[in-house]
Amino acid sequence: MIDVFLQTFMLRAMLAGILVGFMSSYFGVFIVQRRMSFMGSGLAHAAFGGVALGILLNTEPLWIAIPFTILASIGITLLRDKTKLGSDTSIGILFAISVALGIIFLSLKRSYTADAFAYLFGSILSVQTSDLYVTLILSVITMLSFFGFWSRWAYTSFDRELAGTDRIKVTRDDYILNTLLAITIVVSVKLVGIILVAAFLVIPAASARLVAGTFFRMTIISIILGVISSIIGLIASYIFDLPSGATIILVQAAIFFISILIRRITIRESL
Amino acid sequence: MNDIAIELKNLSVNFARYSALDNLTLSIPKGTFVSIVGPNGAGKTTLLKVILGLIKPNHGTITILGKQIDELSAFDLGYVPQIKTLDRTFPALPIELVSTGLNAKWPGRLKKHDKNIVIDTLERVGAGNLAKRPLNKLSGGELQRVYLARALIRKPKILILDEPATGIDWIGEKDIHKIIDEYKSEFNATVIMVTHDWESAYHHADFVLLLNKVAVCFDKPEDAFSEDYLSQTFGHVGHKHEMLFSGSRHD
Repeated sequence: MIDVFLQTFMLRAMLAGILVGFMSSYFGVFIVQRRMSFMGSGLAHAAFGGVALGILLNTEPLWIAIPFTILASIGITLLRDKTKLGSDTSIGILFAISVALGIIFLSLKRSYTADAFAYLFGSILSVQTSDLYVTLILSVITMLSFFGFWSRWAYTSFDRELAGTDRIKVTRDDYILNTLLAITIVVSVKLVGIILVAAFLVIPAASARLVAGTFFRMTIISIILGVISSIIGLIASYIFDLPSGATIILVQAAIFFISILIRRITIRESL
Repeated sequence: MNDIAIELKNLSVNFARYSALDNLTLSIPKGTFVSIVGPNGAGKTTLLKVILGLIKPNHGTITILGKQIDELSAFDLGYVPQIKTLDRTFPALPIELVSTGLNAKWPGRLKKHDKNIVIDTLERVGAGNLAKRPLNKLSGGELQRVYLARALIRKPKILILDEPATGIDWIGEKDIHKIIDEYKSEFNATVIMVTHDWESAYHHADFVLLLNKVAVCFDKPEDAFSEDYLSQTFGHVGHKHEMLFSGSRHD
């Protein structure tokens, strides 16, 4: 069995899973703490519109989906700030427009569109070296953002107004966070699929929230859980011959329920 | 001019078709305690947000310590927000929140030196024992002390408090006012406090701003809390006015 994990396609899948697990669970702490869980799902569906346009234009869908999803994330933030409609409503509107556009783009393509379905459910085992490079570059940017932006994003997540009084440019920082989030989602969509990518953002961070006493610890625990669940999920998907993206998410769900148990035990012991 | 902490000239703030502040002009001297009193929707919190640089006025100018808001350092102002704005789901410790007053950013791992300063400040406000208790486990009074420590740690020239006594018992409120008064005396700081508590404003403030979109009155408490001015600000106030003046100031 060990031989399988030394094969190139599996090594690529494992590395991609680890990197996506790291990035999603890192950005996930801000998504969870700002109550923007719907954002992950919304941007993933926005990515569908971009992927469909890429397929229609006969080009690599990723290169169209990235700017398309960034525009959607900017649109969501603008709509929220300018209309005071609230994040959920803004996301819901952009989400629907993007999916509608995606369906129309695919309908305009008269030939078979298997690629679109690959993006719906993801295919981590068919990750190409070029995908891996993109994921790796994005992971490096994510790591750098930890040093440059984590404390500012964390402060804004705690209290937007208080951060503003300390001259933190909260709106500009929101755009940077949402842009990086949009790129992470597009890259992750190729690996785990549009339908499941939101879980990658939310479940590790929510599990970490249950057991962490500080936001810094929540971030570290979320990253560890995101990476570990990708590794365990990939191995389990191979052993039991199951779809890899779905298996990873079920591992994350198992960790989430264990976190609930740990929290209950901790609270009981502290009483 | 050098003795003025905050100067507002013809300041107006409008939200869509709604006027929050209308043509406000006043000068707050350095080292004074000013209470801002007015009914709900009078523009009290809006005025604080203008001073804090969170809202840009539509008309008029504001000068703080002789500088425009954009030129002002965040460390010149110490802000104690209303505790009801706290997100209790955020995993945080008082020691972390207070450190934001020191570094203006959320801490990852606190340096030992910073930790010592934070704990000293928490002790100063009588909350040294709360340093590592989860923020969401603190009572209203305990939280208020933590926020006060966060504001005081940077030794601001101007201390801004938004309803600091809300949800606190009488003894807690007295303690908080004692800490504020001591800080004001020690650092010759200017204190701006929004409050619904007339008694607290009457007893602690050097000046009272009666606000109801316009500045109805900006004067010493004895003069500002006249039945006439209060009626202009709040409508009919007869009974409450009599109760307020049953005791002398600083009792």
